[in-house]
Amino acid sequence: MTDAVTGAAKSLETPEGLASVEAVLSMLAQSGYIATPEIATAVYLAHHLRKPVLIEGPAGVGKTDLARSVALGLGQPLIRMQCYEGLDESKALYEWKYGKQLLYTQILKDKIGHLVEDADSLDEALHKLNSFQDIFFSRDFLEPRPLLKAMEQSTGSVLLIDEIDKSDEEFEALLLEVLSDYQVTVPEIGTIAAQVPPLVMLTSNATRELGDALKRRCLHLHIDFPDAELEARIVRTRVPGVSERLLERLVAFIQAVRGENIRKLPSISETIDWARTLILLHADSLEPAMVRSTLNVILKRQSDIAEVSGKVEALLDSRDKAGR
Amino acid sequence: MERTLTRYIRALRSAGAGVSTTEAMDAARTVEVVGWEDRRVLKTALGTVLAKSVEEKAIHEQLFELYFSREAAAAAASERQRGEGGDPDSGQPGEGEAGGEPQSGDTEDGDGGSDEGGDGGDPVEALSALVRGENPGKMAMALERAGAAAGVDEIRFATQSGYYSRKMMEQMGVEALEARLMEALGRRDAQGQADAEALMGDRSALQKQTRAFVEARFEIYGRSAQDAFMNEILAERSFGALGRSDTARMRALVERMAKRLAVRHARRRKVRDRGRLDVRRTLRANAGHDGVPFDIIWKIKRKDRPKIVAVCDVSGSVAQYVRFLLLFLHALKEKVTDLETFAFSAHLADVSRPLETLPFETAMRAIVDEVGSGGTDYGAAFLELDRDFTEVIDRRTTVLILGDGRSNYSNPRLDVFKQIADQAKRLVWLCPEPAPNWGSGDSCLLEYRPFCTVLTQCSTVIDLERALDEILMAYD
Repeated sequence: MTDAVTGAAKSLETPEGLASVEAVLSMLAQSGYIATPEIATAVYLAHHLRKPVLIEGPAGVGKTDLARSVALGLGQPLIRMQCYEGLDESKALYEWKYGKQLLYTQILKDKIGHLVEDADSLDEALHKLNSFQDIFFSRDFLEPRPLLKAMEQSTGSVLLIDEIDKSDEEFEALLLEVLSDYQVTVPEIGTIAAQVPPLVMLTSNATRELGDALKRRCLHLHIDFPDAELEARIVRTRVPGVSERLLERLVAFIQAVRGENIRKLPSISETIDWARTLILLHADSLEPAMVRSTLNVILKRQSDIAEVSGKVEALLDSRDKAGR
Repeated sequence: MERTLTRYIRALRSAGAGVSTTEAMDAARTVEVVGWEDRRVLKTALGTVLAKSVEEKAIHEQLFELYFSREAAAAAASERQRGEGGDPDSGQPGEGEAGGEPQSGDTEDGDGGSDEGGDGGDPVEALSALVRGENPGKMAMALERAGAAAGVDEIRFATQSGYYSRKMMEQMGVEALEARLMEALGRRDAQGQADAEALMGDRSALQKQTRAFVEARFEIYGRSAQDAFMNEILAERSFGALGRSDTARMRALVERMAKRLAVRHARRRKVRDRGRLDVRRTLRANAGHDGVPFDIIWKIKRKDRPKIVAVCDVSGSVAQYVRFLLLFLHALKEKVTDLETFAFSAHLADVSRPLETLPFETAMRAIVDEVGSGGTDYGAAFLELDRDFTEVIDRRTTVLILGDGRSNYSNPRLDVFKQIADQAKRLVWLCPEPAPNWGSGDSCLLEYRPFCTVLTQCSTVIDLERALDEILMAYD
C-alpha cells in the first residue's frame, strides 16, 4: 500500500530541488541557507512522506528562515501564519464576510417583494427564497485565512506555522485535520481538500510541551546552535563582505560565549548582526574595547552583558590558545 | 528487513522513547524512501520520524549505533558464510548490508540439524570448532539462534546476564561438552588430561562469547528498564537515607519530575469567562457593522502567575531535605519565574542570588556558611522575614516553609507567624518528620499548625512532587 502511495506521489511531481537529500542541500544553499544533513533529510522526507515538519530549537537558529528558503528554492509562495495566544479558527482557517453578507441582505430586502410577487403560495415563495439563502454561505462570502489559502494554491506552497507553542491547546487540535489530511472542513459548504498538498513547517521555541497527537503527525527536526565551521559558512554566505580573519575570530568568540553561564545565549542571527555591525565600524580584527562596546548586539540582557564584559580578554584569549 | 526495523523500534520503546504505531509505519515508509544503503542518511531519517524530542533523539543516537553495528556484524557474518557455502543465489543483491537478518530468521528451524550434520555428526566436536573461531559467521549465527531460544531480549537487569548466558550455552549444547570434559578428567592418563584442558579452554571461550553477547543485548533492551527500576526505588526512599552515590541519579530524577510537573501545569494563563459580555469592547469591535453585534467579546479572567516564597531551615537536621526541595524548585524555574528563597538557621538571609548565579553545590555551601549553624530559632527567623522582607509576600504568594519546627525552646512568635499567614495567599509547611513526632520535645509544629493552609510530611521525592503539584494547582 505504502508503495503505491509514495509511487503515485513521486510520479505526480517531485520538484528537482527535492529529488534527493543532496539536491535539497544544494537548493537550500542556492537560496542562501546553509543546511546540515539533518535539516536536508527532514525537508526531503517531508515531501516524500507528505508529512509536516515540526522544527524545534533555540530562538534565532534559522527555523523560520528554513521555511522561507525552501519556498524560495522551490519557487512556491510562502504562506505564513504567526501563532499567538487566543488565535482561533476565524483567524487561521476562514471567516465569513459578515459585512458583505449584510450588504446583500439589504439588497435582498429591497428585492424580496419583487421576487415573491409571482409566487402563488407561501410554500413556493419559501422555495424561491431558499435558493437565495444558500448564496450567503458560499465561497463568494468566504474569507480564506492562511490555512485555507495554503490548501487553495494550485501551484503548491510552503505553509509556515510559526511559534505553534504560543497558541492554545485548542488550536493544536484544530490543526490536526489540516496536518494529516490536508483538508479544511467548512460546515456550511463541505470539505475543501488541497489541490496540491502544501509543504508544512511548524516552528516551536519549546515554551510549552506540544501535544502528543500533534507530534505524532509531524516529522521532528531539532536545530541546535551550529558548530564553528558551519557557523562560519553561514556568516560568510549572509555577510559576504566579512574578511576571513575577522570571521574566524568572531565565530570563535561567539562559540566561547555560548559556553558561559548566561541567560540568553547568542544565536546565529546575533552572529550575523554582529558581523554586519563590525563591518560598518570598519573593524578588521577583534579588539577588547571594540568587543565591549558592541556586546549589546549579541547579548540582550543587561546581566549577561555585565557577566561577559568582565571576561572579554579571557574569552578572546582562550580561543587563541585553542586556535593554535 | 521489516523485522530488523520492528525490533529496533521495540528496542527504542524499551529504552523509554514512546514510538506509536503510526510512527512505526512512517518509519517503514521512510526506509522505503531512503533505503538501507547509507547508514548516516538512514540514521538521520529515522531520527526525524521516530524521535520527537531532544531526549528521544539522544536515545536514538545511542541505540542506533549499538543496534545497527550488531545488525551489520551479524549480516556481514552470514553474508560471508553464505559465500563459503557456495550458495550465492539466495543472497538478495541490492538489499544492502543489513540484509542478513531475515535470512537467518527464515532458515532458523531447518538450519540447526543440517549444520551439525555437515560437521561430521559429533555435536561436541562441532561446538568446539565453532568456539575456536574457525567459522566466525557460523558462530555469530549460532549465538543469534541460541539467544533467541533463550529469550535474551527479555533481559532486564545486569545481574541476570549470568543466567541468560548459561541458558544460551545449554541451547548450544554445552552439556554434552561438559559431560565429555568430566569423562576426560576421569581418565587419569596424559591423553585424558590434554583432552580435558582443550575442552576446558573451549568451554571458557564459549562462556566469554555468550557473556559478551548477553551484555550487548542488555545494553539495548535492559539498561533502561534497570534504570527505571532504580529510579522507582529511589523515589520512595527518604531523603535522609540517601547515600552519596545516589545523588547523581537523584538529581536526574528530580529534573525529570520537575519537567513533568511543569508540563502538567503549563496551561494558558487566560481563561475565557463565558457568559460575561464585555459590552465596551463588543460595541467598539462592531462599530464597523453599524453597531450590529456580529463579534461578541467575552470578559477574560487572568490567572495569577505562581509566586513562591520558600523559607528553608538549613540546620543540620533538615539540610539534606532542603537540598532536594531547592533542586526541585530550581528545576521548575521555567514555570515558577517568581521565586524568592530564604534560608535560616540562627538567622535568616535572602539566598535567591547565590542559587541563581552559582553552581548548585557551591551555592548550598555558601548558604550554610552565611546563615551559620547553631541553634535554630524559628521565631527569630519569622520575625526577620516579616521585618526585612515583608514586601515579597502579597496576596498572590504561596509561602512554602520547609523545616522540622524544632526551635530549641525559643519563643515561636505565633503573632508574627499569623501575620505572615494572613498576608500570603497560602502557607504550606513541609515537615520531614512523620506526624506522630510533631509536637514532641522542642517541636512547635502543633502550635504553628492552625495558621498553615497545609501542613504535611515530606520525606521522599514523591512527597515533594505531590506537595509542589498541589501548590501549583492553586494557580491553575
